[in-house]
Amino acid sequence: MLTLGHFLTLGAILFSLSVAGIFINRKNVIILLMCIELMLLAVNMNFIAFSRFLGNLDGQVFVFFILTVAAAEAAIGLAILVVLFRNRQTINVAELDDLKG
Amino acid sequence: MIIQELIFYAYALVMVLAATMVITVRNPVYAALFLVLTFFSAAAIWMLLEAEFLAIVLVVVYVGAVMVLFLFVVMMLDINLDPLQEGFTRYLPVALLVAIAMAAEMLMVIWSKGRFGADAFPVPAPNPAGYSNTRALGELLYTDYLLPFEVAGVILLVAIIAAVALTLRKRTGIRTQDPVRQVRTRREESVRLVKMKSEKPQGG
Repeated sequence: MLTLGHFLTLGAILFSLSVAGIFINRKNVIILLMCIELMLLAVNMNFIAFSRFLGNLDGQVFVFFILTVAAAEAAIGLAILVVLFRNRQTINVAELDDLKG
Repeated sequence: MIIQELIFYAYALVMVLAATMVITVRNPVYAALFLVLTFFSAAAIWMLLEAEFLAIVLVVVYVGAVMVLFLFVVMMLDINLDPLQEGFTRYLPVALLVAIAMAAEMLMVIWSKGRFGADAFPVPAPNPAGYSNTRALGELLYTDYLLPFEVAGVILLVAIIAAVALTLRKRTGIRTQDPVRQVRTRREESVRLVKMKSEKPQGG
């Protein structure tokens, strides 16, 4: 029988995978953006599972807004990426050290 | 009941494998395509959770728009992959360590006794026939969440303007059309009347 725990487990595994992805692809901005999308997907999975098992639709409304903001974030992130590549001919995070932070 | 479990485990397996491929594959194009597969499996699992509207939105908006945007950008940029891949094996152990630690912690919380099991959260009855998830969501969205909904629209507008403003550039040294000048052209600029005597044929 599928309980809430099953869906939360799936979300947890997905979230951990995307964290691992951020660690091992820490030079490639495109993959980093994709890992952030995966993380948001894991969070959304938890929201929908709780919404179903609590019998409350508010969680789904939240997922709706998260999807909206994630789409906006992806659009702006990719635009920044294009500008970055146009100016530097690279998307290597290690070379983006102009701010000397 | 058993069929639901089979569907869940099948799609969960595909989803986890696809997510693993997203973070390990070399080529960003393949990574984007595996991300599409992950989103599809997630949509199927959301369908299982009776969130039909959001499952369709995930496919239409994410697979149809956001991932295509990713693919466009990946294919437009001429990326040299070799320097981006270095450190892959160097950071793999620490990545595995952090990921396994995080997953283990979360799983310990999730599966500790009486927290998220069947006794604490009994499996809800399926929605009755004729129930519309889209309708229920819309009624909630246009009443209780009207202001956040409008704000979400403003956020999308800001994203459009920001993306266009960021990538817009004026290039010099290329030939372009100037419609304003084309329309404003006058007769004197293109027609020249020449007055000359008529010539006689040679040799009569």
